[in-house]
Amino acid sequence: MPDKTFTVRVKRQQQKDESAHWDEFELRYRPHLNIITCLLDIAEHPLTKDGREVTPVSYEANCLEEVCGACAMLINGYPRQACSALVDNLEKPIRLEPLEKFPLVRDLVVDRSSMFESLKRTHCWIPIDGTYPLGEGPRMSPSLQEEGYPLSRCISCGNCLEICPKVNEHSNFVGAAIVSQVRLFNMHPTGAMNAYERLEALMGPGGIEDCDNAQNCVKVCPKGIPLTESLADVNGQVIRHAVKSWFTGRP
Amino acid sequence: MRTPRIIIVGGGLAGLMAAIRVAESGVPVDLFSIVPVKRSHSVCAQGGINAAKNLKGEGDSTWKHFDDTIYGGDFLANQPLVKGMCEAAPAIIDLLDRMGVMFNRTPEGLLDFRRFGGTLYHRTAFAGATTGQQLLYALDEQVRRHETEGKVTKYEGWTFLSAVIDGSGICRGICAMNLHTMEVRTFRADAAIFCTGGIGAVFGRSTNSVVCTGSAQSALFQQGVVYANGEFIQVHPTAIPGEDKLRLMSESARGEGGRVWVPRKAGDTRPANSIPENERFYFLEEWYPKYGNLVPRDVATRAIHKIVFQDKLGIGGEDAVYLDVTHLPREVLDRKLEGILEIYEKFVGYDPREEPMKVFPAMHYTMGGLWVDNDNQATNVPGIYAAGECEYQYHGANRLGANSLVSCIYGGMLAGPAAVKYSRNLEKGSEAVGESVFEAERTRQREANDKLLHQQGSENPITIWKEMGRTMTENVTVIRYNKAMEATLSKLDELDARYQKINLSDRTQWANQTLQFARELGNMLILARVITIGAIARNETRGAHYKPDFPERDDKNWLKTTKASYNGGRIQLGYEPVDISLIPPRERKYTAAK
Repeated sequence: MPDKTFTVRVKRQQQKDESAHWDEFELRYRPHLNIITCLLDIAEHPLTKDGREVTPVSYEANCLEEVCGACAMLINGYPRQACSALVDNLEKPIRLEPLEKFPLVRDLVVDRSSMFESLKRTHCWIPIDGTYPLGEGPRMSPSLQEEGYPLSRCISCGNCLEICPKVNEHSNFVGAAIVSQVRLFNMHPTGAMNAYERLEALMGPGGIEDCDNAQNCVKVCPKGIPLTESLADVNGQVIRHAVKSWFTGRP
Repeated sequence: MRTPRIIIVGGGLAGLMAAIRVAESGVPVDLFSIVPVKRSHSVCAQGGINAAKNLKGEGDSTWKHFDDTIYGGDFLANQPLVKGMCEAAPAIIDLLDRMGVMFNRTPEGLLDFRRFGGTLYHRTAFAGATTGQQLLYALDEQVRRHETEGKVTKYEGWTFLSAVIDGSGICRGICAMNLHTMEVRTFRADAAIFCTGGIGAVFGRSTNSVVCTGSAQSALFQQGVVYANGEFIQVHPTAIPGEDKLRLMSESARGEGGRVWVPRKAGDTRPANSIPENERFYFLEEWYPKYGNLVPRDVATRAIHKIVFQDKLGIGGEDAVYLDVTHLPREVLDRKLEGILEIYEKFVGYDPREEPMKVFPAMHYTMGGLWVDNDNQATNVPGIYAAGECEYQYHGANRLGANSLVSCIYGGMLAGPAAVKYSRNLEKGSEAVGESVFEAERTRQREANDKLLHQQGSENPITIWKEMGRTMTENVTVIRYNKAMEATLSKLDELDARYQKINLSDRTQWANQTLQFARELGNMLILARVITIGAIARNETRGAHYKPDFPERDDKNWLKTTKASYNGGRIQLGYEPVDISLIPPRERKYTAAK
């Protein structure tokens, strides 16, 4: 009996300025396959369904257990991690495309460094005095930890930016992931001391006001982070901060 | 006074910690990483980080942590530095806490601790079951802050190819390749710190991430850096088998009360939940009453192998045992283990809160690595330092769970200042070294690329890699026979020959991942040989290194560190004594309290 097979269609583009095309691959079915295994199969036998030799598909991947954020792509049109996308659960033929809201590098590889730049701009860190011994950290209630921990699991995959209607050529909304990080650092006892810096970074163009509450972000977050709660919370913080600085004349 | 410049290769926990320490001392850092550092393999560490803070009234102490680590490592680790690590661990936890790590808390708002393998104390601080991710993010954030202040320059998306070593044998910088433009470039530095992590890919599939190939360590080895204790490979007892990866199921599942069992009757195919208690064989608890499910990893792994291969008691005849957390309160599972249970559910498809997980051992960690000295993480080549999993210093013949994160951070903390001190004391900095030294290295590396890009043949690098992984996993992991390992060496000869006939299916000069992988594969083949040769030579059983033909630990002949070096294309083994000045070796036995 011949092996059971399935088809994967991959959007190929050698470089940003070159035109894109689709390659179709026929792969041998096994149970429990994920998209990473498909891409490895292609790398080992880079032949299209119609027998053309092609280059292996370029893609990003690292941890393969949905905790590093590397392998985000459009799978059947939906932004998600390739490692946790199981072939058994996907409609065939499977379509793979690069994320569209980030500059293309090649095939399924995009450049998401803008997310890390945003984390810089919004001061998403705890400004410790130094790494020399300074004793214990601040006490924290279990309930605060339970609120913060889910936010701290953001893997910077970019799915929430990809799906957001306000991330486009005309608006450079910083995105739910970054806003949620601001919430995390502002709730930390030490981080709260310079909360205003982060809030000011979210005022003006590209800031929190650009969010128009489409609520798509929370649906594509692979880590189930309560992004819409974060958006609402930080929006409230920004408004209170703006009102306060207006009355007091200082940041 | 001239300001030195330091390169760090690798942006996991060790590399980021080293970067912070160097930046704090006012010396600029160039930080190289294949992936954006936030995506480094440290994110995969799940269970926690050890520190004897004694917050549970158990009378724990840093000495007990030290003793557990040495005993767990079967007395192969040099003791003074391990003692230093255990003594530094409580302050490391405090530092991470100050950086904002969302560690789990007690009702009083203090850090919570759980139990882990190889100890009887609650010594493991944790942030859910994604502790490595949380620690990495904390350090990543601090490095980002230094980056905005101009103290750290990141080169993300660059892969290390080789060190630049001058005529007098001193490291003067590195040669690296940009993974988008494929540009091969040299960078000057007065010292380079390597924090390039694990070597899982040498075994094909493992619990490691894609970037953990050991390629950098192997490249350095070929340039004269000594590689120590390569034969000590940790196989983690509980992972989910998969075609692309063996996904770790953290020891913390057992630390929180998870139990390992198989049906008592061979080939029993009833669903797990329908098998009554008295028909379940909790073999770890029966065989090791004191430590039970929390024996060290090498012990648990061998027990599972015995159950499956010798006693034929694998679940329904499969290569699998149950890891059961269904009896634990849901609230505990969700608060303390959610991260890993979610992985199981997503990748296997059922809820491990309801039904026991099916797991099997998987290659997980290398205790061996680049040889470093006893006090400042320096390798034998002046100017080259190493920290984290890529070096050999802290874990002896077997690593205890939750000691890896602390050893990475501690190693980074030492390596950073040591490299700064060395650089400041250099008579002649890298800026005074002639350009020809750098040009020669660039040329050597470009030629290596050109050779691969132009050679004709019929071999695919992925196929060779899979075959290497298979022979290494079969013969050089849990149970080792010299005859089988000799066969692995012959197989590696065959693969070396086939490597010369690789036909790259991508010959372009833009984001060419095939070329990158072929370069890594060449280095992996050499590292595989180092591991195998070391394992053949060591005729004893110690920690993770188990030879049925030599079932006892042999301190008279083998209480020594293996040092592999590379001379004219040949691997040579040498040995040096282990520093056992603090705790005299004693029999390692987990059937009773030690």
